[in-house]
Amino acid sequence: MTETKQQPLKQTPLNDFHLSLGAKMVPFAGYDMPVQYPAGIMKEHLHCREKAALFDVSHMGQFTLTGENRIAALEALVPGDIQSLKLGRMRYTLLTSETGGILDDLMVTKREDDLFIVLNAGCKDTDEIHLRAHLPEGVALHRHDDLALLALQGPAAVNVLSAEAPALAELPFMAGAQASLFGVDCFVGRCGYTGEDGFEISVSVSDAEALAKSLLAHDDVEPAGLGARDTLRLEAGLCLYGNDIDEDTTPIEAGLTWTIGKRRKIEADFLGAEPIMNQLFEGTDRLRVGIQPEGRAPARAHTPIVDADGNVIGEITSGGFGPSVGGPVAMGYVRADTAEDGTEIGLMIRNKVHPARVAPLPFIKKGWQS
Amino acid sequence: MSDIRYSEEHEWIRVDGDVGTVGISDYAQGALGDVVFVEMPEVGTNLDQNAEVGVIESVKAASEIYTPVSGEVVAVNDAVDGDPSLVNTDPLGEGWLFQVKLSNADELDGLANQEAYDKFLEGLD
Repeated sequence: MTETKQQPLKQTPLNDFHLSLGAKMVPFAGYDMPVQYPAGIMKEHLHCREKAALFDVSHMGQFTLTGENRIAALEALVPGDIQSLKLGRMRYTLLTSETGGILDDLMVTKREDDLFIVLNAGCKDTDEIHLRAHLPEGVALHRHDDLALLALQGPAAVNVLSAEAPALAELPFMAGAQASLFGVDCFVGRCGYTGEDGFEISVSVSDAEALAKSLLAHDDVEPAGLGARDTLRLEAGLCLYGNDIDEDTTPIEAGLTWTIGKRRKIEADFLGAEPIMNQLFEGTDRLRVGIQPEGRAPARAHTPIVDADGNVIGEITSGGFGPSVGGPVAMGYVRADTAEDGTEIGLMIRNKVHPARVAPLPFIKKGWQS
Repeated sequence: MSDIRYSEEHEWIRVDGDVGTVGISDYAQGALGDVVFVEMPEVGTNLDQNAEVGVIESVKAASEIYTPVSGEVVAVNDAVDGDPSLVNTDPLGEGWLFQVKLSNADELDGLANQEAYDKFLEGLD
């Protein structure tokens, strides 16, 4: 996401903490965020895949939805099946627009007294307006700017956290629970954006820095910035809102049909259901696919994709170097008849065609079990 | 071999006879971060001073390489092609990028020496 507004950057509660660690700070979604620490993106990325990386994701929006009819109210705006979620389980879903576009992607956890929602930093103001405009009487949306969010990601994350809160070792992937970590009350979800096992820890702003320091004190934990977060999620085949999905892409085009619950397809009563269901049955002109460049040159976002005859058939939406893959990786949209895995395509990098193939996502073996 | 000279685009050049060896400065490699790919100019190409001649890709982003002098490309560093991280670990030595046969040695006078380049960097912070 690029910065166009001249407004002063917001800071997360961990700003001083990042500076004390020697982070290189950049503007992202209106926040002053660490893009990398002195170790650099490559090492931070690899450490996450090998042990555990600590990310500050406090810029993301945290909301709760309360009221007796909260589930029906949210289901009117997302294609995910929230009703069938068991207590304590979470689901990845999408806010869809009337025309079937994607307004945002979000995580929803069903808790005893509310639905806990985490959504993108760059969308939180517009999402809040959208949600408030559509919520019925009796359902209330609460914005929690008083909460910070830390992500501890990687195969060692479970050992780090379960040493403090043993019950977290048994928490299934895509579930959340209250926990006390280093004497601090948190809500911990087992989920993430890296393709690894890991946790996202929602904690009060006032306790965030102390918790981050305690986590970082563990031998297996190193800090990681937005740069590594981006390469990790790209290798894991996960969408970045604003790059890979937006208001002009639908869940079907984006390959996110799996997020539409079976019951939701039958009832088709969410915002944008009609155009989305039409696409589901009739097909789409383009699809999001993984792309494996054959050479060493990384293909960045907006790189044109061409067929064997040089006709433009799509565009890269995320691309770069995958440190765990050890070479370039990308994803993008191609014409639907060229979306089959293995299809030979070309990438127009600096006016030269570089050979590539449509490839299955993710690029790495997932480190979690659902 | 002559003293090192720098361009404002953070390339360095050292000249031996009429051939200059070109690379990027330590400051530039630090700003780029982990280098993962270098697109070199082709041997035999004639370059004009300050022309874009290649690209360095780091994990973060792509950045153009400009030639600090005019002349013909006579060699490129294959070692960097095989291991682009040499640009990070030894930017002024093994991480050199290409060699150019100077067509106008007077251009060197317009480039900064180490002291002037260090001052230039101070001004950037």
